[in-house]
Amino acid sequence: MIDEQLKIELSRQGIFTTTLEELYNWGRKNSVWPLTFGLACCAIEMIATTMARYDLARFGAEVFRPSPRQADLMIVSGTVTKKMAPQVVRLYNQMPEPKYVIAMGACAISGGPFKQGYNVLKGIDRYVPVDVHIPGCPPRPEALIHAFMTLQKKIDGQHLSGADRPRHLNEALPSEFVVPEYGAHDLEPRSNDLVWPLPMSKAVTQG
Amino acid sequence: MSGSYLTILLLLVCAVGFGVGPLVLAWIWAKAYSPEKPGPYKNATYECGLESKGVVWVQFKAEYYLYGIVFLIFDVEAIFLLPFAVAFTGLTAGACVAMLVFLFLLVEGLVWASRKGVLLST
Repeated sequence: MIDEQLKIELSRQGIFTTTLEELYNWGRKNSVWPLTFGLACCAIEMIATTMARYDLARFGAEVFRPSPRQADLMIVSGTVTKKMAPQVVRLYNQMPEPKYVIAMGACAISGGPFKQGYNVLKGIDRYVPVDVHIPGCPPRPEALIHAFMTLQKKIDGQHLSGADRPRHLNEALPSEFVVPEYGAHDLEPRSNDLVWPLPMSKAVTQG
Repeated sequence: MSGSYLTILLLLVCAVGFGVGPLVLAWIWAKAYSPEKPGPYKNATYECGLESKGVVWVQFKAEYYLYGIVFLIFDVEAIFLLPFAVAFTGLTAGACVAMLVFLFLLVEGLVWASRKGVLLST
């Protein structure tokens, strides 16, 4: 491994050095292909983000794939009803690794204004691991672009090897998550223990 | 002479390498770093997130080809009839006969389709 200071010094002298890991992450973060997948009004903002005015193509993410087999990113844009939740999780499972999730808007995060509704899932992060949450109702395209940049930073920081390597490089971690089924009163199971509660809410409830 | 063929061969090797090279690299990369994680959900048939009903490997009947042929008759006819009509007075007898043969072939196809009963909408 090359020392960070040495690398900066070399770049000052006009010598560019890189590592396999950096090249890999650089390629990945600049070609995040989202799934063509909109749930509610946030999807309209998502569509606006891809159009000429906000131009998501600058981030290499304008190619919305119609099949999960070719997608890297799922933007959960809108209210996830309990009727829709199994389909969302199944689509996520059908995406190949590495895959990322952006929960867009208040509904996808927590149920939003419909949180008290009997038929609304109170956040998609109960079933799939969410990488970036964007608040807003709906979030503006700038917020979605910010989420993209946050995701790019996250991808850039992932290590190729070692104990903290991401899920898609670690054989021990699962690639599929349990798909909920329609129960008598609620979805079964009500959440996935692997991803919910989030580490932060765990810390709050346990003091 | 053999030198020019060598260039073509070189181009061919480059063209195939351009396509196959990245695939081989990706395969080596996957073997080295990215473990395979197949599963029942991931390998399931993609049907917009829904569970697919019944057998997926069904055969589709290729009867649509008839519509394709009939469309071709009218479409190609229209494309060539227009310049034919515009240049009609200035055409030689040979060109006119060639065009009529062409029209005959298309009309023959139309008669064939009509006798097959494709043109009837029931």
